[in-house]
Amino acid sequence: MAAASVIEARELSLTFETADGPVYALSKVNLTVHDGDFVSFIGPSGCGKTTLLRVIADLEQASEGHISVNGMKPDEARRKRAYGYVFQAPALYPWRTIERNVALPLEIMGFSAAERAERISRNLDLVNLTGFEKKFPWQLSGGMQQRVSIARALAVDPKLLLMDEPFGALDEIVRDKLNQQLLELWGRTKKTVVFVTHSIPEAVFLSTHIVVMSPRPGRIIDVIETKFPKDRTLDIRETPEFLKVAHRVREGLRQGHSYDD
Amino acid sequence: MIAGLRRNPFAVIALIAVSAALLWLMAHQAAAKPGGIFWLGVLILWALIWIGNDALSGLATTSSVAVRLRNLAVPAIFGITLLLLWQLIAKGFGIPLVLLPAPSDIWARLITSLPTLKADFIQTFLRAVLPGWIIGSLAGFLVAILCDAWGFLKRGLLPLGNLFAALPIVGVAPIMVMWFGFDWQSKVAVVVIMTFFPMLVNAVTGLQAAGALERDLMRSYGASYLDTLLKLRLPAAMPFVFNALKINSTLALIGAIVAEFFGTPIVGMGFRISTEVGRLGLDMVWAEIAVAAIAGSAFYGVIALVERAVTFWHPSYRAQKGS
Amino acid sequence: MTLAATRSRPSLAGAFAHGSTLPVTIIVLIVIVIWYLAAIPMNRVLSEPLIAAAGGGLGNTLSISWSLPRPVLPAPHQVLIELWNTVFIVAPWRPKSLLYHCWVTLSSTLLGFILGTILGVGLAIAIVHVKALSRSLMPWIIASQTIPILAIAPMVIVVLGSIGLTGLLPKSLISMYLCFFPVTIGMVKGLASPDPMQLDLMRTYNASTTQVLWKLRWPASLPFLFASLKVAIAIALVGAIVGELPTGAQAGIGARLLNGSYYGQTQQIWAALVAAAVMSSGLVWLIGFIERRVALAMGGRP
Repeated sequence: MAAASVIEARELSLTFETADGPVYALSKVNLTVHDGDFVSFIGPSGCGKTTLLRVIADLEQASEGHISVNGMKPDEARRKRAYGYVFQAPALYPWRTIERNVALPLEIMGFSAAERAERISRNLDLVNLTGFEKKFPWQLSGGMQQRVSIARALAVDPKLLLMDEPFGALDEIVRDKLNQQLLELWGRTKKTVVFVTHSIPEAVFLSTHIVVMSPRPGRIIDVIETKFPKDRTLDIRETPEFLKVAHRVREGLRQGHSYDD
Repeated sequence: MIAGLRRNPFAVIALIAVSAALLWLMAHQAAAKPGGIFWLGVLILWALIWIGNDALSGLATTSSVAVRLRNLAVPAIFGITLLLLWQLIAKGFGIPLVLLPAPSDIWARLITSLPTLKADFIQTFLRAVLPGWIIGSLAGFLVAILCDAWGFLKRGLLPLGNLFAALPIVGVAPIMVMWFGFDWQSKVAVVVIMTFFPMLVNAVTGLQAAGALERDLMRSYGASYLDTLLKLRLPAAMPFVFNALKINSTLALIGAIVAEFFGTPIVGMGFRISTEVGRLGLDMVWAEIAVAAIAGSAFYGVIALVERAVTFWHPSYRAQKGS
Repeated sequence: MTLAATRSRPSLAGAFAHGSTLPVTIIVLIVIVIWYLAAIPMNRVLSEPLIAAAGGGLGNTLSISWSLPRPVLPAPHQVLIELWNTVFIVAPWRPKSLLYHCWVTLSSTLLGFILGTILGVGLAIAIVHVKALSRSLMPWIIASQTIPILAIAPMVIVVLGSIGLTGLLPKSLISMYLCFFPVTIGMVKGLASPDPMQLDLMRTYNASTTQVLWKLRWPASLPFLFASLKVAIAIALVGAIVGELPTGAQAGIGARLLNGSYYGQTQQIWAALVAAAVMSSGLVWLIGFIERRVALAMGGRP
């Protein structure tokens, strides 16, 4: 079954002009993300994985090549509010309660009060935070705060969820738990997810497709498709298939970049 | 039309120069009061310069020299524009000298009164501001070190210092004039009192600024109090000390000038300002203010330069953009 | 648990080692003692003939040094008596009342403060949004902080007086002028304080400039606003006091200072100083109080 493509990038390049000369952040990237995929970008720091995500979100503009999001140009997609974005940090507003933080995009996009209330409770339930509506961010743990920011991204019900190392700042135990929850959430909501990470187990565990990237210039060197069942648990990380995929990712990273410099 | 002007920077500059010269001539025609065309011209001139400056400030460039030049040129053009408009309006409207002298009048007065201005500068700045600033800041710094060494003093003095730092201390000027006489001694006293508390509060904060890890490191070396103070805590306190020195440079000048309003020998910047205001010699007042402004910003600038040399390691001086 | 138990019982030694009430009290007491002692030699010029006439002795020295009508340094209780007389004995609407002068100064301080705050916030909003304005105006605003602006106070008063503006407004204009600088600088910092991530977040919502301002920049800038308001109100009071100096000393704290200095009424000067200090710390405290209230309402940690 050929699902519709949500993201389509052709020969995409992005060069930053700096005082020390040009930096080639992305070079001739070709990528297709289909509806319902869970795609991870993995690579060492500086390989352009975050930049690629930001180009999809129209937070950066490509210098060359073509990209479409939901069949539109990225800036049109952004104006139509076609995606939800989760940052490295929760980026919650400290002066807003949890429910009002989730309400923020809904207020900006002009949802009615009744609609807002319904969406807040539905999405806080989705990330298992019912009962915390009136708390302020500082009263929640780091993992809970990041779950709030996921609920905030889901509140406008986008088809596409863009996540930039969302669990990078959390400890491994919390991260495992959130990975499991994210997978369940993806299974239930049938969103398309693009996920940036630098953790190999995280990428292999979560993804249907793993995009291995390499720096200087940022480019894609391998796309690995995984065939794990949708209702997988953390236990699969001990299976031979899992280790095989992880090995292939590691090999790809090694080829793409020597760590000598 | 605006876009077209933006593409031709030289045309804009030429247009500005020609219209400025024309308007200048019109404004200085003593015979006839300029009419509507003149004011329309002034308006257009202002708009032209604004468009030019707007384009200049939006100029995207990667060369760091060009960026620095642009960051200097934009405010400079803005300042010159203000002066030019001031001149044109003051002359064009024929605003009387006692209300608002034009920059050219102030300049003329400045040039002809240099000896007086110099005497005033010596009396106020060299005799009152500088000694007061040095004594007050030094005293505040020494007491801060005492506070730091002796916790009891800190807990007793710091709340009072915080209270005093927010008080209208210039009010002590009449008392100081009464105690120390009309001459510079009373002004020094006012400046000392004004500069003492900001330095005390900032230096005490600064002495606590060294991080816990760095202090533990010094402990692990078995360093003495003096070692820790000299090698860690004083350098860490320097940004705060310089902050106080900069605040104090402005306060010192204000203190000395205002103290002169309460009584002074017949020389000094504050004295000149208050007497010339009384005689409606506004051009002299503005000349004196120009001297005060130049002295104040030069004073501040010198401190900022020394600060840069001493606290070069501070994150605020690092290049702004990394990626 | 034992630690908590020992901590919960305050002792004199504990107060000496930790709290700041006791140290502050002791230092204030020391200052008062020094003040009384200093009054003896400082008033010597005036008191010496009187003491000699009364026959000398320690008792006479003390009582005369501390009760001169126009002392060089009035003793603390003389200042208190002057305060009591001018605050509680005289009706507050009479020009002899200190409260009357306080009100004159306070009203122009507050008017100038409100005008200056509105102007400062408005200018900061413009500067944050218009690049040309920030590049051309900000260097001048920062530079103008290094200039003794207070020096122009007499000129402003006289010029405005010559075109018929007198009384409250000219003084308020000086206060306004003085306090709009710290507000502008603080608010430019505050409105630019949200980190790039939060601005990116608003961009992903395709939020309008106004929405970014009201939902992100403005709430994020409030701590900066209150910090600058504390500086601004103190400096507005100074502006109002200095603004009262050149008007020929009609009314207000500045007039009391100038009058006292003309006629050698030292108690009057000291009482006016105390009144100014009380007003200044009261106003700063009030802003701090509102700040704490707002912070609490905005989810700050108690």
